[in-house]
Amino acid sequence: MRLRSIPISAWIGMFGIALAFIAALFAPWLAPYGEREIIGAVWEPMSWQHPLGTDNLGRDLLSRLIFGAQTTLFVALGASVLSFTIGIVLSFIAAVTGGWIDQGLSRVNDLMMSIPTLIFALVVLAALPQEIWILILVMAVLDSTRVFRLGRAVALDIAVMDFVEAARLRGEGTSWIIFREILPNALSPLLAEFGLRFAFAVLFLSTLSFLGLGIQPPEADWGGMVRDNNDGIIFGVPAALIPGGAIAALAVCVNIVVDWLLRRTSSLKGGRDG
Amino acid sequence: MRNEDGGGSLGLSPILRLILARLGLSFLLLFGVSLMIFVGIEALPGDFASTYLGQNATPQAVANIRAQLGLEDPIWSRYLQWLGGALTLDFGTSWASGQEVSAQIARRLSNSLFLAGVAAIISVPLAIILGMIAVRYVDKFPDRVINVVSLAAISLPEFFVGYLLILFFSVKFGIAPFPAIVYPDMGLWERLGMVALPVATLVLVVIAHMMRMTRAAILSIMSSAYMETAELKGIGAFRAILGHAAPNAVAPIVTVVALNLAYLVVGVVVVEVVFVYPGMGQYMVDAVTVRDMPVVQACGLIFAAVYIFLNMAADIISILANPRLRHPR
Repeated sequence: MRLRSIPISAWIGMFGIALAFIAALFAPWLAPYGEREIIGAVWEPMSWQHPLGTDNLGRDLLSRLIFGAQTTLFVALGASVLSFTIGIVLSFIAAVTGGWIDQGLSRVNDLMMSIPTLIFALVVLAALPQEIWILILVMAVLDSTRVFRLGRAVALDIAVMDFVEAARLRGEGTSWIIFREILPNALSPLLAEFGLRFAFAVLFLSTLSFLGLGIQPPEADWGGMVRDNNDGIIFGVPAALIPGGAIAALAVCVNIVVDWLLRRTSSLKGGRDG
Repeated sequence: MRNEDGGGSLGLSPILRLILARLGLSFLLLFGVSLMIFVGIEALPGDFASTYLGQNATPQAVANIRAQLGLEDPIWSRYLQWLGGALTLDFGTSWASGQEVSAQIARRLSNSLFLAGVAAIISVPLAIILGMIAVRYVDKFPDRVINVVSLAAISLPEFFVGYLLILFFSVKFGIAPFPAIVYPDMGLWERLGMVALPVATLVLVVIAHMMRMTRAAILSIMSSAYMETAELKGIGAFRAILGHAAPNAVAPIVTVVALNLAYLVVGVVVVEVVFVYPGMGQYMVDAVTVRDMPVVQACGLIFAAVYIFLNMAADIISILANPRLRHPR
């Protein structure tokens, strides 16, 4: 792949994602103040000292934003990696073995998908204690239903191709067929899907935190920061919109890159667009 | 699934049979969902009483509250009791306030449905028209603009759009009310004015999605042979879309619309919290925060039921819209 063939929009998207991850990785060195340090008055406007102003308790908003990137990105990334692993493994097993295993897994999946994700998460989180690993697990399990559906469809498409048939006739086992025949050929649609799931995880985590059910204060995360500062809106203080905008910008960047990936793979194979 | 003899053993037409099968599936799903929301939740690790009490969970307090809330009975008898109550629209009493859940829900459900309904009336036609414009000018300038704008709109969280609208339209320009207060005997126009911003938020969030799916559905039809014939016959592009593509696109578009209505029903949760609107979503979120399980389970069941019903409606309409099933051989 030549670098020149990448469109400018995809570069912008990749730049935005990289920026967010750099902020997350080097938060303690990049942030001018501490995560929980109260350094000024409530909702100070933007100034040289505080480029984005201060929040509802007088903490530096830029520092909170950088530390928030850490929490938001790593929880979302953890949830999407986990959801992907669960979804892909189960869906490939379902597609390759078929029979009652496939039936059982698919029906359970249908049942879980018949409840809207947010509603399901609210019901489950009401019953479980509030801990970060539980939050990641709940997000991952709920999201893996979407991965399962796509993974099964892609794997079924590939499982009937001649080279898989050839591998079966050669006498290869199930795990060879899954990992050596199907996985490499399913990789590009799955990579695009991973991007989408990650963008969704960021939005979903932010929504839960905004509702007060995700990351708990005083730890900074973007959705929670919107919640902290939303009372300022009626006084015309835009502090809540800054973390909100960061969430939106990150999701836009991921979507642009995914869109480009999907176009690229569909133009290579001549199908599967939409 | 389908018999080749058309009528089947019951003498029903195939279309009726498909619809009955779909109805049956929905009831089965709803039953499964009720099981999951009640029994599945209790099977999770952690104990209601101790999570409910939080820091104050001494063994004695836990035992007291378990007895008080009737948690000592076996799970199955409690489930049957709950399900029986739910079928007669009686969801018990709230743990937190001691009030009847059904009375609260009756009032709030109509508020939420009003909000989602108004948003649907605006967004559905708009999305379909935009989708058709995008197809008409596919890969040209209008399509590109619509594509980029909708891609960005999909990524915006509801609360961001909501607060942005509040900041501009109610704080800076002062032309829209915030918070969205509604009360029972309020005139329709007054009520519409109150929900203007929440509706706008919902429309903006859902429209991009709906439009992109409409575009994809029509585009796949546009590449078929009869569309090429229509083009070669020399009828205009818009007439070809309206007369030939649109009838065939009904089923996929209806599916898209129903899926997005289902999405709207869930979208109200966040929008209601942003605009402090007294609907089901806010009721549920408040209940989750204080772990008021009867309310959470009742709201969960109702949201899931509406969602399942809309998905079923989409499937049934697309069965009805399929001419091959309407005229059995």
